[in-house]
Amino acid sequence: MNTEIIGIIIMFLATVALAIPLGSYIGKVYNGNSTWADPIFNPLDKIFFKFTGINPSNEMNWKQHLAALLTINLLWFLFSMFILMNMGWLPLNPDGNPSMGADLAFNTTISFVSNTNLQHYSGESGVSYLGQMVLMLFQFISAAAGMAVCAVVFMAMKEKTTEKLGNFYNFFIKSCTRVLLPLSIVVATILLFNGTPMTFKGKQQFVSLQGDTVNVSRGPAAAMVAIKQLGTNGGGFFGTNSAHPLENPNYFTNMVENVSIILIPIAMVFALGFILKRKRFAWMVFGVMTIGFLLLLIPTIHNEASGNHAISKIGITQPLGSMEGKEVRLGSAASSFWAITTTCTSNGSVNAMHDSLTPLSGMFAMLGMMVNSFYGGVGVGFLNFYIFIIIAVFISGLMVGRTPEFLGKKIEAKEMKIAAIIALLHPLLILSATALSSWLYAHHPTAYAGWLNNPGNHGFSEMLYEYTSSSANNGSGFEGLGDNTPFWNISCGIVMLLSRFLPIIGPLAIAGILAKKKFVPPSAGTLQTDTGTFGIMVFAVILIIAALSFFPALALGPIAEYFGMR
Amino acid sequence: MVKQSSNKIFQGGLVNEALKQSFIKLHPKTMFRNPVMFCVWVGTLVMAAVSIWIAAGEKNQGSLAYNTIVTAILLVTLLFANFAEAIAEARGKAQADSLRKTREETPAKWIQAVGEIYTNEIKIVPSSQLKKGDVFLCEAGDVIPMDGEIIQGIATIDESAITGESAPVIRESGGDKSSVTGGTKVLSDSIQVRVTTEPGESFLDKMIALVEGASRQKTPNEIALTILLAGFTLVFIIVCVTLKPFGDYANTPITIAAFISLFVCLIPTTIGGLLSAIGIAGMDRALRANVITKSGKAVETAGDIDVLLLDKTGTITIGNRKATKFYPANGVEEKAFVEACVLSSLADDTPEGKSIIELANLDKKTFDIAGASFIEFTAETRSSGINLPNGTRIRKGAADSIRNIAARAGNNFPTETASHVQAISSNGGTPLVVCQNEKVIGVIELQDIIKPGIQERFERLRKMGVKTVMVTGDNPLTAKFIAGKAGVDDFIAEAKPEDKMNYIKAEQQGGKLVAMMGDGTNDAPALAQADVGVAMNSGTAAAKEAGNMVDLDNDPTKLIEIVEIGKQLLMTRGTLTTFSTANDVAKYFAIVPALFIASIPALQGMNIMKLHSPESAILSAVIFNAIIIPALIPLALRGVAYKPIGASALLRRNLLIYGLGGVIVPFIGIKLTDMLVGIWF
Repeated sequence: MNTEIIGIIIMFLATVALAIPLGSYIGKVYNGNSTWADPIFNPLDKIFFKFTGINPSNEMNWKQHLAALLTINLLWFLFSMFILMNMGWLPLNPDGNPSMGADLAFNTTISFVSNTNLQHYSGESGVSYLGQMVLMLFQFISAAAGMAVCAVVFMAMKEKTTEKLGNFYNFFIKSCTRVLLPLSIVVATILLFNGTPMTFKGKQQFVSLQGDTVNVSRGPAAAMVAIKQLGTNGGGFFGTNSAHPLENPNYFTNMVENVSIILIPIAMVFALGFILKRKRFAWMVFGVMTIGFLLLLIPTIHNEASGNHAISKIGITQPLGSMEGKEVRLGSAASSFWAITTTCTSNGSVNAMHDSLTPLSGMFAMLGMMVNSFYGGVGVGFLNFYIFIIIAVFISGLMVGRTPEFLGKKIEAKEMKIAAIIALLHPLLILSATALSSWLYAHHPTAYAGWLNNPGNHGFSEMLYEYTSSSANNGSGFEGLGDNTPFWNISCGIVMLLSRFLPIIGPLAIAGILAKKKFVPPSAGTLQTDTGTFGIMVFAVILIIAALSFFPALALGPIAEYFGMR
Repeated sequence: MVKQSSNKIFQGGLVNEALKQSFIKLHPKTMFRNPVMFCVWVGTLVMAAVSIWIAAGEKNQGSLAYNTIVTAILLVTLLFANFAEAIAEARGKAQADSLRKTREETPAKWIQAVGEIYTNEIKIVPSSQLKKGDVFLCEAGDVIPMDGEIIQGIATIDESAITGESAPVIRESGGDKSSVTGGTKVLSDSIQVRVTTEPGESFLDKMIALVEGASRQKTPNEIALTILLAGFTLVFIIVCVTLKPFGDYANTPITIAAFISLFVCLIPTTIGGLLSAIGIAGMDRALRANVITKSGKAVETAGDIDVLLLDKTGTITIGNRKATKFYPANGVEEKAFVEACVLSSLADDTPEGKSIIELANLDKKTFDIAGASFIEFTAETRSSGINLPNGTRIRKGAADSIRNIAARAGNNFPTETASHVQAISSNGGTPLVVCQNEKVIGVIELQDIIKPGIQERFERLRKMGVKTVMVTGDNPLTAKFIAGKAGVDDFIAEAKPEDKMNYIKAEQQGGKLVAMMGDGTNDAPALAQADVGVAMNSGTAAAKEAGNMVDLDNDPTKLIEIVEIGKQLLMTRGTLTTFSTANDVAKYFAIVPALFIASIPALQGMNIMKLHSPESAILSAVIFNAIIIPALIPLALRGVAYKPIGASALLRRNLLIYGLGGVIVPFIGIKLTDMLVGIWF
């Protein structure tokens, strides 16, 4: 087998091997059990709780959790807008980068608060080091916020009737100090030793062999790269993200960074198994996610490895596969693996140009974001999956002749209403926003000519990808799209905002309502949710509701492009 | 009469009525109740308008013939869905009518009250004039005009009109068998009956109203499913509406007919069209099993039952105990012992007494009991017997009471009899000790006879996940033995009425749903407390009021059937939802290429079914979408077969048949339709 494929297999197996013990550890953290990290980080937690006057043992119901989540997000939003719009004169700006305009600051703020990290700017020239550090802070807190809500849902899935679902701030702080921070330190250190810069000095100047004077951007990159990977953030320090040689120096850092993308999303699934003491259930969830993931990954690797059809047709062989927009030091397979992991998990960092992926690979990347729960973002990935579980439980519960129940709680009209709204939100946002931009472009082709680098099907894919990425809180771009305009900044901002908070609120509400319900002990007639059959059901629900609703749109974009190139 | 009713789905008369109703139900107010079909209704109107527009000269929307055909197929889709509901209603109504016919306009002997006292003035009035609280008289040969409760008298009644059972039953005032049903016939004696329901408000009337839809409310599961289907519909509205700007961008004009067709095909019309028919059919199936339900919800809840409370007598065992063996004491000849047993039982009318004579198998006539006096059983002596003219005194009764009789006369209790008594008790039997002239001469073993086939039924229930609980007045030892033999999971021994209530409450506390069957007034609180309370039709009015179902057959094992009907109801909804949604895969592949092929010929590669032309592809999908509704009506009405094979196996089976089938069938169906439609389009 060729080494490129072996590299990918090693990355995936290493991730799973690390995710299981990490999941067990995260389970302990959320259950409130003591871990080795307590002596190190307890003082840090205490400072925070003392400073804010929050009592971490004060349990909240789901509505209080929601209020806490929304309040802190609003504060962060205001704080970030202030910094980004004023960083030009604020300290830590050795390169003298300018402040952002209101629409770009709005887009960037929402992008980072919502864990999307869609960047309509380039890190080297668009933000100061202070701006980068504020954004880095958001990479911690937005990831931790998602994990905290996920922890609340885990608590709500336990076999008891309760309103009290732990303390939001406690889950939030613990996610930061027990999971994200220690792992980031490890990853950042590895990167540091492999050449990623970590400094507050401005651009470095050197004279090249040709005699040109070159200014190389640098900054506190290693720290940011670590958390952007681990927290499924994706917002790179440099404009070209992990394709940049300083952000991702070699194949080894590429492996570390890529493992970091899917490590916590997978570990959260195993954490669920440990917290609920339902390991079979966790394996079922992992199984469904993995099958979906592989179904996107394998054809992508194949497509990229077999090269571009249009080039093959003119008789040029491509032994390395399709290399347009890819880094030679990483190769087509590792780029494909990254492309699918980053889109499946709502990370959004890139090590290759997604715009240059062959048409069907571009479609698989989009499908990963359209489903957004084959692993998904840290915490929020499972929340999305939870909605599909609820719908699958409902239909299959009826199919076995019982009022549907999930882990002993009956699913009734109210939960169905929430699940249906959340399930249709994602297609609604993506399709209607793309429809709006398509309509504008089609009816005012001259006014908006600057939007698209490529006309036709590929141009359509660029717009579809941008909104899919926004709605999935992914943040990667197809690029080739002239996206730093008020229209794109604001429309993407709105899409990100809605698609971040509603899909968090929905599962939280369902879980909170279910937690209050009477627990029904299982009997022989009860539907088992930890079986392969149920897994198939969940998969079918995802396929038909999430993936197929995009079929007509995909037909006009990548599918038409694919058939057109043959 | 009920039993003989036809099970054929499409009977001539009903079909005509249903066809008529299919058109009446096109009224927008009726359509609006069903969000999915309402969307189709709107689509049909739009298509009709488009057809007229084309007729008026519009050129870009395809040919008039094509558009008219699409309009017609959409209309037919609506009619098919309405027909499904109408035929279900018609069947239910026919079933209920046949029950109702028995009680229409029967002459009633109304007893007119004068002041506080009932006089004997009897007026013959039509039954419809009787009001709640009125009292009427029924004598031998009269048909009872209304449901009521006997306030005076005892009578044998032929209830075959309702139950199909020809053996007459005894009903009397007071006690638990005081209820009579309109339409049944008094065979002997005379009774005075108080009307318990207002005309038009009997259980049957309520049931008919439920079936007819006037007062049919959606059940909680039905509401949740409707929400889900509405959610799907919204997704597909988004999918179709956004296609317009996508098409603009790609310079692909999409006709209105294509939009509407794609939309109608994608929304879950199959389940949407059959949903109410499935609900009605559930109640109808209950009625066919001779169970009147007070609400659709009760049938649905029955499918969720976790615990089933069953009375031992009559349900698990056949009526009463039977004598199974004679054990004479040492030194007593078997023949003499048996004769003594028979003598003591000759005048004993209890089933136990009769069974002793049956077991002895001696000719009654050889016994001369002239001049003998019989000692009746009393709760105090707990024994009965006979005093013969020759001075012989024979008593039979519970072991300790006979022991007392013997002890008072100075006789001891033989050890071997004592050990027999012990052995019989531990085998779940009841020992009946016999003494002659205060000397113990042996013991008769009485055993409960478990109904044949009952173990299998309990096994079936266990596989469904239903726990069975036997309720009995027996002591715990006997109860345990019978429970083990019959295969029930638990029992309540020495049960008092409040024990049932407490057991139900305890199970409900644990989150379980409990069903029980009862007939007595003292069952009423428990019937009301249970999630599914089935009252026997022979039971008291209080019991019938408290429960949410009435079993016309008075058959205690009916609960098992009710649970299955409830499960079938939910399963039919679930499987057809799956089928309907799975159909979308093929429909996408039929219609989406058809939308774009004209302007993007490359997309021909997506036309994996190799459909003839865009028009034929769209028509085939819409035709298939319409035809699948009537094709599934029989399944909707009959219900998906329930097999107690465990939830996971059941899911696997249904997923394979209705899920995978739902993906494959439309590919075949659409392709075949296209081969036909392709001839013209």
